[in-house]
Amino acid sequence: MKRFFLSTVTLLALWAMATFFAMPTAAQAKTIKVGAILAETGGASFLGGPEARTVRMLVDKINAAGGVNGDTIELIVKDSASTPEKAISFAKQLIEEEKVLAILGPSTSGETMAIKQLCEDSKTILLSCAAAEVIVNPVAKYVFKTPQKDSDAVKKIYMAMQQMGIAKIAVLADNTGFGKAGKEQLEAIAPEFKIQIVAAEVYDKAATDLSAVIAKIKANQDVQAVVNWSIVPAQAILAKNIRQADWNVPIFQSHGFGNIKYVEAAGVAAEGIIFPAGRLLVADTLPADHPQKSVLIQYRDEYEATFKETASTFGGHGYDAIMILVNAMKTAKSNDSEKVRVAIENMKGFVGTGGIFNFSPTDHNGLDIDSFAMLTVKDGKFALYTK
Amino acid sequence: MTSQLFFQYLFAGITYGSIYAIVAIGFNIIYNTTGIINFAQGEFVMLGGMIAISLHAMLPLPLAIGLAVIITMVIGALIEIIFIRWLQNPSVLRMIIITIGLSILIREAALHLWGEGVRSLPYFNGNEISTIRILDTNISPQVLWVIAVCAIIVALLSLFFRFTSLGQEMRACAANRLAATLCGISTKNMVTFSFMLSAGIGALAGCVVSPITYTQYDGGTPLAIKGFTVAVLGGLGNSMAAVMAGLLLGIIESFSVSVVPLAFQDAISIALLLTILFVRPHGLFGSKEAAGLKEF
Repeated sequence: MKRFFLSTVTLLALWAMATFFAMPTAAQAKTIKVGAILAETGGASFLGGPEARTVRMLVDKINAAGGVNGDTIELIVKDSASTPEKAISFAKQLIEEEKVLAILGPSTSGETMAIKQLCEDSKTILLSCAAAEVIVNPVAKYVFKTPQKDSDAVKKIYMAMQQMGIAKIAVLADNTGFGKAGKEQLEAIAPEFKIQIVAAEVYDKAATDLSAVIAKIKANQDVQAVVNWSIVPAQAILAKNIRQADWNVPIFQSHGFGNIKYVEAAGVAAEGIIFPAGRLLVADTLPADHPQKSVLIQYRDEYEATFKETASTFGGHGYDAIMILVNAMKTAKSNDSEKVRVAIENMKGFVGTGGIFNFSPTDHNGLDIDSFAMLTVKDGKFALYTK
Repeated sequence: MTSQLFFQYLFAGITYGSIYAIVAIGFNIIYNTTGIINFAQGEFVMLGGMIAISLHAMLPLPLAIGLAVIITMVIGALIEIIFIRWLQNPSVLRMIIITIGLSILIREAALHLWGEGVRSLPYFNGNEISTIRILDTNISPQVLWVIAVCAIIVALLSLFFRFTSLGQEMRACAANRLAATLCGISTKNMVTFSFMLSAGIGALAGCVVSPITYTQYDGGTPLAIKGFTVAVLGGLGNSMAAVMAGLLLGIIESFSVSVVPLAFQDAISIALLLTILFVRPHGLFGSKEAAGLKEF
């Protein structure tokens, strides 16, 4: 029994070490606390991982340069493991115990919706890194989001389809908040572009093979294109399964595809996939006078030099969240949450990685459809899509 | 349904089924020698894939897979020696809780070691889009690898248990541990061997399925759930039954897609598990008397 006890203690110690390594260092005097709830692990780790690394990098850089208004930022990052339940308890902890000025994240729409009311009630600024339009529509006073709207992504895809003469499509989506919201937008906006959805399927976010459902959709002769809406590795699996079934249908993905790792995972099956995304992925090909070019290239180079991995649009959402907050604090010359909130709401022409933000009391996203570009995959790399 | 679509579903089902069956066999080997379910079995599958991917960066593919299987077997043996071997007459519940703890421990270790991203081995033949036409359907060559490896594992295992003295000793241990001890068989060593064997089989499975399903630090758990379902469905402890049950479940799952939405796929397998537990708790192919003698 004694040995059993000892090994239990060892185990617990191991666990404790693993957990507390992730904790931030102790508080310093005269600091502003900023929380972040990001999915560093779990199904949405492709989003949360780059986001968390980005905000840590930027906060270190800002503090090294003297902080904001003379104060240093203390960043408290919590890993939600992609689950709304954890996001809620971390949000409560950050608001009630840490009394943070603002919360960056969460990474996914489901998690954001779970804590939206909580932030609104406690007057804590929330800068979500998730895409679904419901986050800012209806507008909540304290809730903002940095990624482009999913309705704009849908419109962009449908516009490309019209050009290609596609009218009948199949829709696939994962069962996360992002997938569900995307599927609703696809269905709602389709009539506007005279597009008919002839097949729709939802798969589990942990799906590992979709060949059976691909067989089902392929058997439907009407399908002219497949649209997939997800943020999980299944979007790479889906592309492989379609090509393995010897089916040369055009594949459209959501802006959730904007991580080069998905392209690597799908290999040659990713060639020709068309999807809307921010311009970060094709920063080099932008004309020199594009307003975003210098911001995009600077962020990308810093991220890639620091972490030795390719930058993604998701890390960019983290960049936009922290930079919008810092910019608003500078404009407001204050760390008062109401003043900072008003400063964000009145921010115009802020150049971020996702686009050029023009906030207003009725628009808490600040991005329009032009913040998206249509991209495709060419020789294993992202490239601007040209017809 | 056209015959083309029928065979397309059938092949998809056989692929799922073979993957489930290999995991279920791993459950069965350990169950036979210890009477417990090793809930870390899915993690062996994940470890095998991950280690092979890391090794493949510097070694050719067959060597990387071979080495990954051996390393995972050593890990399996170490786990048994460190956490289970020294227990004096442990209760079934206690051992199960230990294996659940182990599965969490391995998963977290893998997260710190390999990060949260998905990785995969390259396709053994061809690439992501190559297909083979069989019976008017298109399937990936990797699917044939999965089916072949499953068949070879089952064939080799039955030869091993029938004709080698080590295999016979493990079977004796499974049949009656006390009698086996009286015959001079070290039951403790047999338990270690069973962990090594199932870790090795899991690792091999993890390598073969990696190009299809990808390998992620938390990819073991869903596989373990399906494998457990299949093991129970076939009758715990019976490897041949596990193969039959695996194929059955895989085929049911893939054909279910044609009638109900895809989202119900997992609900169907869980419903099947519950039905079996209510109606035939000893499994489709198991014997009621034999199941009655087991502790768990």
